[in-house]
Amino acid sequence: MITSSYSPSSWRQRLRRGRASGRLSAVLLLLPPALILFSLFVILPLADAAYYSLFDWNGYATPSDFVGAENYQRLLGHSTFHTALWNTVQLVIVSLVVQLPLALGLALLIYRKTPANALFRLVFFLPYILAEVAAGLIWSFVFDGEYGVTAQLFNALDMESVYILADRQWAFAAIMTVIVWKYFGFHMMIYIAALQGVPKDLVEAARLEGAGPWQIARHVQVPMIKHAIVVSVFFALIGSLQIFDIIIPLTNGGPSNSTHTIVTYLYTFGLTRLKIGFGSAAAIFLFVIAMLIAFFYQRHAMAREDA
Amino acid sequence: MSSHPRKILMSVSVATLLGSAQSAMADTTVRVMRVEISQVEKDYYAEIAREFENSHPGVNIELDYLSNEAYKSKLPTLLQSDQRPDIFYSWGGEALKEKVEAGFVKDLTAAMQDGWQARFPDSAIDAFTINGKIYGAPLYVTEVGFWANTALTEKAGVDVGAIDTWQDFLDAVTTLKEADITPIVVGAKDGWPMQFYWGSLATRLAGQQGFKAAKAGEGEGFAAPPFVQAGEKLEQLAELEPFQPGFMATTYERASGMFGDGEAAFHLMGDWDYLPSKQRSMSGEGVPDEDLRFISFPSVEGGQGNEATYGGLNGWAVTRDAPDMAVTFLKSLLSLDNQREAAKRGIFVPIVKGAEKALTTPYGRKVAKDIDQASYHQTFLDQDLGVSVGATVNDISNDLAQGVTSPEEAAERVEEAWQFR
Repeated sequence: MITSSYSPSSWRQRLRRGRASGRLSAVLLLLPPALILFSLFVILPLADAAYYSLFDWNGYATPSDFVGAENYQRLLGHSTFHTALWNTVQLVIVSLVVQLPLALGLALLIYRKTPANALFRLVFFLPYILAEVAAGLIWSFVFDGEYGVTAQLFNALDMESVYILADRQWAFAAIMTVIVWKYFGFHMMIYIAALQGVPKDLVEAARLEGAGPWQIARHVQVPMIKHAIVVSVFFALIGSLQIFDIIIPLTNGGPSNSTHTIVTYLYTFGLTRLKIGFGSAAAIFLFVIAMLIAFFYQRHAMAREDA
Repeated sequence: MSSHPRKILMSVSVATLLGSAQSAMADTTVRVMRVEISQVEKDYYAEIAREFENSHPGVNIELDYLSNEAYKSKLPTLLQSDQRPDIFYSWGGEALKEKVEAGFVKDLTAAMQDGWQARFPDSAIDAFTINGKIYGAPLYVTEVGFWANTALTEKAGVDVGAIDTWQDFLDAVTTLKEADITPIVVGAKDGWPMQFYWGSLATRLAGQQGFKAAKAGEGEGFAAPPFVQAGEKLEQLAELEPFQPGFMATTYERASGMFGDGEAAFHLMGDWDYLPSKQRSMSGEGVPDEDLRFISFPSVEGGQGNEATYGGLNGWAVTRDAPDMAVTFLKSLLSLDNQREAAKRGIFVPIVKGAEKALTTPYGRKVAKDIDQASYHQTFLDQDLGVSVGATVNDISNDLAQGVTSPEEAAERVEEAWQFR
């Protein structure tokens, strides 16, 4: 309980400004939980990681071996980290060039409310519901060169079986396939929801003017759901930066560290090798990238939205 | 606020305090954590735990098992939480040292003085001695060597008994390939199985002195010629393409089962794989004993460590805040009788003096003899050099096997990791 002494006049003023003080008490009531949670689970760990990243520390006891920027130097000079960065960039590209158009195309086909469409929607959305690790395990059986679906395919064609996940050339392509398969349903749902909000008479008018389905999609529907596309691109960008739990069951970052993303890299070289300081440096690096993307994206793509 | 609810609160908390105090007196739980093992070995520990519980009323022994990779990655976090086990499995070496220096491990020096220490050979105690104090108790010794399926080798006309040098082994691989038999199975996805090649070769080439010098940072450290040569020898083998297809995606468990199914002639693995390989095979029988041989890693010309063995000297460490009962249990777990029993059942090669006489399988007896005659026992590099350097050694072994790094570069990467550890 907050108790404070007010002079009678200010007390009357406060009554008169009831609405304003209502807002104030709402602020006082509603802000602390959010602030506390945010600082507890975002700001503090971030500050911790930033602090640890200046030490050579194995995670036991307290950090004492101060190394300054050495972790960052090693990180930027590590060839596996370069691979991880490049893999992450590839993920972003595949998300934008393959996953989102696929999601949009399917959404345009099945956004109308019919029983058949409901079934399709469910089927396409299923992968997204699956737990990441389960999806990774399922696909590792699919890609298995001995008993998997790929093995049967190659056997049926009378060819030597290929071990995709053991192949430095193809392992990451396989991972990207799984990621597209897993997340396109999520973006598709965003688009379907937006498409259902497009006024029907606009589509109807275009049709009367003689526009074909392709033209309607291009000139009416897609421009009308631009805000949803902007949001889903943002999700795809940040999501690509955070891919972790699909890769671990599929390849665990192998063969010979060729399929790491930034997150699996920091997990493997930071946490599992007890190089918490080094891992923290990678985490801070990731945070800065995510922040920059979020900042510029909000500023440019989302700002034009409001204009 | 009336005082009434507060009274209730007080009495409740007093009751819980009393309750927990009583239960603490009545029950001590000792939590033991270990890497996943064969059912036979699990039964063995379960029996020992049951016996101990019967003779110590109120003591509870909890046995937890985690798969190899999960154990290695979870343990550091577990040790820092209040979920930590009281007794945990350890491979000794630098990896244990890291935990000791962080203050997580109980000093057993005093507890060892009542004759406990005298049960073990000095070399085994040395493996768990860090900064002059004893931080663990040895359980068993293992040797890495080639498990060979003689049904397959004979089919190709290879005499396993005549394989003496690395060149002999390479020739055997070539002969097997010509006969269309997969020469070697390896679970390279896990990293450490391939590291057994580089580790064994480095042990043969550098020897005890070479490792000592490298660790002390003398000369080129781990970039010195013996370590480069180890890479060259592994490269030689890799060029013959001796492994099963897709070996980079195969886990140790699967490789072990594949050998049991007779899918390859050789499997470089520790002697502990005897039972697991049978269990993991399709038939559950594995390679029948009359076709199964365990041979020492071949010698290398000009090597400094041809008399050495490479393998593990594994044991248990006790966490700092563990109840005294944990130490009592550990002593009883490592009694001569229990060690004999393990030897009799063919579970492992025991370390307590005199227990090895109970070994029944020729494989176990061979390992006991090898260890006994060895000039020194190099423990697993991924443990001996610490977690981080160990992981690098695993990485370079896999890279060499795939031909994506040169022996020089591989050795330099190990040295770099050692400097940065």
